Amino acid sequence: MRFFKLLWVFVRVGVMGEMAYPANFLAHLLDSVLELGTALAGLAIIFAHTATLGGWRSDELVALVGVYFLVGGVIGLVIQPGMEQLTESVRDGTLDFTLTKPEDAQLLVSIWRVEIWKIIDVGLGFVVVAIAMARLGERVGLGQAAAFAAALLAGGVIVYSFWLILATTAFWLVRVENILVIFQSVYEAGRWPVSIYPGWLRFALTFLVPVAFAITVPAQALAGRLTWQVLLGAAAFAVALFTAARVFWRLGVRHYSGASS
Amino acid sequence: MRGLVDLYVQQLKTGVASMLQYRATLFIWLIGNILEPLIYLVVWSTVSGSSGGSIGGYAAKDFAAYYIVLMLVNQATFTWVMYEFDYRIREGTFSAILLHPVHPIHADIAENLSSKVVSLPIMVAAAAGLSVIFHPALKITLWMAAAFVPALVLAFLVRFLVEWTIALAAFWTTRVTAINQIHFMAVLFFSGQIAPLAVLPYPLRVVATILPFRWTIGFPVELLLGRLSPGQVLTGFAAQAAWLIVAMAILKFAWRASVKNYSAVGA
Repeated sequence: MRFFKLLWVFVRVGVMGEMAYPANFLAHLLDSVLELGTALAGLAIIFAHTATLGGWRSDELVALVGVYFLVGGVIGLVIQPGMEQLTESVRDGTLDFTLTKPEDAQLLVSIWRVEIWKIIDVGLGFVVVAIAMARLGERVGLGQAAAFAAALLAGGVIVYSFWLILATTAFWLVRVENILVIFQSVYEAGRWPVSIYPGWLRFALTFLVPVAFAITVPAQALAGRLTWQVLLGAAAFAVALFTAARVFWRLGVRHYSGASS
Repeated sequence: MRGLVDLYVQQLKTGVASMLQYRATLFIWLIGNILEPLIYLVVWSTVSGSSGGSIGGYAAKDFAAYYIVLMLVNQATFTWVMYEFDYRIREGTFSAILLHPVHPIHADIAENLSSKVVSLPIMVAAAAGLSVIFHPALKITLWMAAAFVPALVLAFLVRFLVEWTIALAAFWTTRVTAINQIHFMAVLFFSGQIAPLAVLPYPLRVVATILPFRWTIGFPVELLLGRLSPGQVLTGFAAQAAWLIVAMAILKFAWRASVKNYSAVGA
């Protein structure tokens, strides 16, 4: 697969760039552990007063926090840095060089920056999910694991497409760094199951800023409360949004007038 | 003193003008300030609903009132100096600021206030909208409102001085994100953001009373909601005053030491 070969190249570049600063590993680890500690301590305060939150038991919410870190880590690892660089390249015109390359430009801008330390969040997320599952004492069957993987994949595609659509607006609006901030501030709402929010907010978190698909749905799969209808819906939404993002991207590139033209 | 007043008036004018230029940006940054209290509002309302209707003296409607007022108080007192300082020191733009004949904190306070002025209509609209949705139990008496004003001003000053002082750490280390993260955590747990103080476990409540954060957010909120006895209100004002003096003293000392330590390329 050319995609994985390319991705591997960019990962290696990202690693090499950071190899010179090994102490950064500890600094980033400290950041991530503090953030995770904050999230878990918050849960502890809440579950001191109740046994379930919106029908979720505490260990199920711990699993949700794990998914939150996992997905947030993937976003921070490759999606967000790539998209930020994209908006910058559109603004200063250096996207010219990328568009002239023989590889698909959308693919390139999606993986051309790898913020390697975010792999810590991905790892921590996995650990938290594993611990939560062990505490729940449930044997994760093959079907459940497959549903989790599928939900995670669909969520990832949805989040990626959403970021690409936001970043692509740069072709018209030029200065959009702040539009990207929207996702970061809304993402935090995903630390809780979207079912607890009132209808209008749930709708916004599902379709306007799709954190529900990215976090709640995969966590539901882990807790064994995901219906196949929801999973199918997530998959369909992923395909639709990815296609829309692709079309929008093409439109943007056609609209692009580089620095040299 | 007159010179300082003129300075603030001028800084406020230019600040408001420039904030209005970037109103879309400002609005986007407000989303987070609105959403975070809204999240905790929903979480705690859900919890109180599922555990018999009331926790620590707060029913769902009380949580709504608490977090809507907290949203406004937090907006009034919050600062971004810790992130700004990191950038200033790393990029060396602090060199020019140091040449100003007045203490740079005044320009920062004025800039902060001007952003609050511009964002006020949006925050009031958000509070009104949330009130329609969540039906907060809000009964404000005259004396509470009267006591709330100085409490809010003191809260703003204490929070600004504390965060400005912590921000000075950027003079000494380039790794301020960990410091910012720890500070953010402390504010979240001890200021009343994650839960009203009455809902927190006892040890956390004790720590919150000692640290400054509760006095910069939770105290004015509880005061306005009428949850404090007159004695507690007086204690609160005393704590705010004490922290104001302590923060000023530390700031003065830390500022002098930090500037001495500062070196910039090209300076």
